[in-house]
Amino acid sequence: MFATDLALATPLLILAGAALLLLVVGAYLPRPERLVGLGAMAALAASAVAAVTGPQGQAFSGALTADAASVFAQVVICLGSLVAIPLGQAWFERRGIRHFEFPVLILLAALGMGMMAGAGDLLSLYIGVELQSLALYVLAALQRDDAKASEAGLKYFVLGALSSGLLLYGASLVYGFSGAIGFDEIAAAVKGEAGTGVLFGLIFMVCGLAFKVSAAPFHMWTPDVYEGAPTPVVAFFAGAPKLAAMLLFARVLAEAFPLAADQWRQVLILIALASVAVGAFAGLAQTNLKRLWAYSSIANVGYAVLGLAAGTAQGVQAMLVFMALYTVAVIGFFACLAALSRNGRPLETLDDMAGLFQQRPWLSLALTVFALSGLGLPPFAGFWGKYYVFMAAVNAGDPILLWSAVAALVGSVIAAFYYLRLVKVMWFDPAPGETDRPPVEAGAIAVGAAAFTFPVVLGLMPLIDHYAKAAAAALGLG
Amino acid sequence: MIIGLSHYLAVAAILFTIGVFGIFVNRKNIIVILMSIELILLAVNINFVAFSAFLHNAIGQIYAMFILTVAAAEAAVGLAILVTFFRNRGDIAVDDASVMKG
Repeated sequence: MFATDLALATPLLILAGAALLLLVVGAYLPRPERLVGLGAMAALAASAVAAVTGPQGQAFSGALTADAASVFAQVVICLGSLVAIPLGQAWFERRGIRHFEFPVLILLAALGMGMMAGAGDLLSLYIGVELQSLALYVLAALQRDDAKASEAGLKYFVLGALSSGLLLYGASLVYGFSGAIGFDEIAAAVKGEAGTGVLFGLIFMVCGLAFKVSAAPFHMWTPDVYEGAPTPVVAFFAGAPKLAAMLLFARVLAEAFPLAADQWRQVLILIALASVAVGAFAGLAQTNLKRLWAYSSIANVGYAVLGLAAGTAQGVQAMLVFMALYTVAVIGFFACLAALSRNGRPLETLDDMAGLFQQRPWLSLALTVFALSGLGLPPFAGFWGKYYVFMAAVNAGDPILLWSAVAALVGSVIAAFYYLRLVKVMWFDPAPGETDRPPVEAGAIAVGAAAFTFPVVLGLMPLIDHYAKAAAAALGLG
Repeated sequence: MIIGLSHYLAVAAILFTIGVFGIFVNRKNIIVILMSIELILLAVNINFVAFSAFLHNAIGQIYAMFILTVAAAEAAVGLAILVTFFRNRGDIAVDDASVMKG
């Protein structure tokens, strides 16, 4: 019995064991950075392989679930964390910072994300969220002699801790009024529409999770944290953690409150539309690209939440496809920013990007791909994500959802302004000076992600569609 | 008067509200924000333990143990970040944390 539990938890145990081992290795070896980095990458790859090949089922009396959805998320999480390690280590090394803790923290965050993706009750949900969040707070403030980074870490910590508090208060109410913490048991106890107490708890939990995925109106930490945190760290936590949190969101709603769909759908539609509106309008005024992409991520999370609001298996599939494609694009975008500098100063504002095409044609081409993908232009990856979300919203058969999809479409037309402005500045404005030679690893990751966003994604779409469909079916919504 | 479940829930709700207000209304000191976060977590613990006692179900108390442990880790991380912030600024006033705006 216990052996089968351990077998189901293997992908997470690999990450946990590797994190502890590498921490000890790092503490005792004289120059451990490279070895710890390689070890962490190997552990992430092994964890992804173990998730794909391992058994599926429920472990530890339902506390942990290994199903198609958790496998899908685990693969994306491991890939997103894997590329962040070389990107971040080289970036920190150029600034004279040698922390062997960086890969270990990435491993711990990936472990937390894996737990979130496979959570089966409120306790593993909380432990997963906290494990991921605590590692991310430290990562945001890792550049500790930088005033902006420590401010970003502090803001992230305070608002993150508040959101954990909301989540927990909601969890306590759900436990108290349903008498159980397992998602299945809660569903069995609630039976149909949720009563007032459980509904209160559910709303608090939705607010806490909306904080974690930076959906409006709980988005206020995002621009500051993205601007202040080190660029490769932003590349890491803008992608995979949001996918994990969105899957957790879907799991809570689909497994614990499947029959209260009409009640949570309205809340999700509100959150989705607010996010799209905030992302589109506030982004118009931004000149710093990291801030701009923070607002872009708020808008993108809005689309993912809209997919979830459909409350159908197709909606969950749309959300997973959207978040997986978005994860690749956002890692690529921040890898571009990590690669670009002029006289040692990183290029972060819109004006810095002027005339980039003449100097760095490949990187500016990659940035163009990410901007057009963010805009949702066919046939880039961003278009496919939005296509799935809109199809799910239309097929759900709810007129409110249909009109929300139309409103979200208008939002993405407004957001087109800032994406196209970036493209125009890069291609047509005169350059203020030479840029530095981009580092190999950041350039390679950026161009690779751009090649995935277009055209590789076209070939992989049937595969992604298939696995996302299986993952959505595992959550059991109709 | 018999102290029932609703009394415990009311105390927890009041503590929770004080904690949330402590984060948003407080304009002075970041340490006070850390204390407010602790207050929120303690309110949740009261909820869990009260429910656990009234439902005759031990899970709530186990959950409370986990929250206590994680709260300690969270406080450690928060104070560590606060120390780096203090080294960079020489102050921990809330209004100081405003290099980035918009």
